[in-house]
Amino acid sequence: MWTGVHLAFKEIWRNRGRFLLFSMVVALITVLVLFVAALGEGLGSGNREYLEKLNAELIAYQDTARLTIASSRVDCTTRRAIRAVEGVRDVGPLGFSGVDIPMDDGTEPLDISLIGVEPGKPGEPPVVRGGGLVRRSADEAIIDRTVALMTGLKVGGQLVIRSTQGTEDELYSLQVVGVTDSRKYGLRPSVFVPIVTWDDIRPKASAAPGAEDPACNVIAVQLEDPTQLDTMRQRLDAQVDGVELVDRQTAYENTPGYTAQQSTLNTQSTFALLIGVLVIGGFFQIQTLQKVPQIGMLKAIGTPNSTIAVAAIVQIVMVTLLGVAIGSVAAVGLSLSFPPTIPIIFEPRSGATSVVSLLLIGPIGGLLSVRYSLRVEPLVALGLGS
Amino acid sequence: MTLALETRSVIKEYPVGTGTIKAVDEVSFSLQRGEFVALVGPSGSGKTTMLAMLATLLSPTSGDIVIDGQELAEMSQAARARFRRRKIGFTFQSNNLVSYLTALENVELMLRLNGEYNAAGKKRAKELLVLLGMEERMDMLPRQLSGGQQQRVAIARSLINRPTLVLADEPTASLDTERAYQVVETLANLVHEQNRAGIMVTHDLRMVEFADRIIHMLDGGVERIITPQDDLSCLADPGVCTMIPADTLGVGEQ
Repeated sequence: MWTGVHLAFKEIWRNRGRFLLFSMVVALITVLVLFVAALGEGLGSGNREYLEKLNAELIAYQDTARLTIASSRVDCTTRRAIRAVEGVRDVGPLGFSGVDIPMDDGTEPLDISLIGVEPGKPGEPPVVRGGGLVRRSADEAIIDRTVALMTGLKVGGQLVIRSTQGTEDELYSLQVVGVTDSRKYGLRPSVFVPIVTWDDIRPKASAAPGAEDPACNVIAVQLEDPTQLDTMRQRLDAQVDGVELVDRQTAYENTPGYTAQQSTLNTQSTFALLIGVLVIGGFFQIQTLQKVPQIGMLKAIGTPNSTIAVAAIVQIVMVTLLGVAIGSVAAVGLSLSFPPTIPIIFEPRSGATSVVSLLLIGPIGGLLSVRYSLRVEPLVALGLGS
Repeated sequence: MTLALETRSVIKEYPVGTGTIKAVDEVSFSLQRGEFVALVGPSGSGKTTMLAMLATLLSPTSGDIVIDGQELAEMSQAARARFRRRKIGFTFQSNNLVSYLTALENVELMLRLNGEYNAAGKKRAKELLVLLGMEERMDMLPRQLSGGQQQRVAIARSLINRPTLVLADEPTASLDTERAYQVVETLANLVHEQNRAGIMVTHDLRMVEFADRIIHMLDGGVERIITPQDDLSCLADPGVCTMIPADTLGVGEQ
């Protein structure tokens, strides 16, 4: 085996320009695959982040809304009915709408998701700075990290939100009481306000003050025993009329466009990997074809097939390893130069999956050339075969 | 003298259409250690096929080949490869060396393949290259060497494992006359000095002067076996020669 390794390293070293060039091709494929994966993660995260991190196990939709948050309306009576079911620890109303924050420097306003929550109830995010919401109707807000980064707002600062009421744009001033970690929803950073304040601010067909106990889009349901998810869902379905309950994953997978977007990006990743298999396979096959007389000579002097195979496999693995390493470093380095608005997230698990896939495509792509090497007849070295 | 090689009624047939064609027909001869033989004949006479069978790269259709007392017909493919790297040294007319290994590394490759890559082996490899006048070029890659120098490295590689049989297929095909003489003389001398058995296939009848015997093949069979001291004009024109009795040459031709 070590003779094969020796031959592989010697060939790589003595032809390092050629092999490095090819490693760069693998590196480019790696950058492409990692960026597509990171973009998928970034876009997916931008859609699901808030729901994924929600401190509730179930989400209750209006049963006719077909799991579309924007179409769902759940009133206070239903909320109380859910809360009364045995096994439910607490419930929180959630209201979602899109507004923007005008920027002082005259740049494009920042589109945000305005999320109405009940202070102290499921749905209100934990803060990393400052405090939580206090009153149901106060002019206060928790902003997420991205909003803080892009507006420069701090705890105690004044946040101005623009919302369309009827045909007029209205400005609402809120005091920032806390900052939470990144909690994007609908690909926009989030601002959390008390549910009554949300009902007051949210864009409406005609200007009207918020209701005292407004209807919300969905209800976050916290369970006493989170492991009893299915049992509780069945119980709630049986005891509460007019709602459909799903877990968080089902909720964010039903966010408009989420599944289509993710499957598109997954298809791109798969194609990039397939291209990688073909490129690597093609390179090593051409190289093997060029070396047929030499492989024949090696066999003629008694080199075992195992040595030939080890040499070929070690080369493929080395070239792929080097290419993937260079590509990974380049992808991460490039991503650092992107502004935070670009949804690129290198998530360890999906990144590791991509890297492992890339490391596998080398040997898979090169299998044909290894097989070809093993079938070379030593007689070609004598000019008796072809 | 010890018998290194014996072939008995070796036949090699290839299928052609519905019939067969005999590339090698009833060839029998033997070779002692310390003997260097030239295998000559026109194109298509079967000499390269014969060489391929002696190198265990081809199996005879019938007949026996015995090298160093071992019958080749009994061996599996893997056993033949192992036998080849231990008992047979090989020099080809081209593509002789691994292009990305230096001269020394090419010679040492045989040691690695045989698990003898140690201090003694490395010393022997260097000594062989020095003996072949390659001391200044041991660390050069094949592309930095002339054709003659490459052949000398190939000769060193073919001898490094102290093989029983050294086979050379047209070793002078790509060399000018002066270098061709040097290469064949060196090969013949080393075969004699190191007590190996050597067979050289050649078209170049000038090179047979370094051989102890000349096996002349024609149409797949052994036409005659002569020595360089005999009238060699018969090699160019078979009609003018008479057969040399096998017993006078110590050759087992039947």
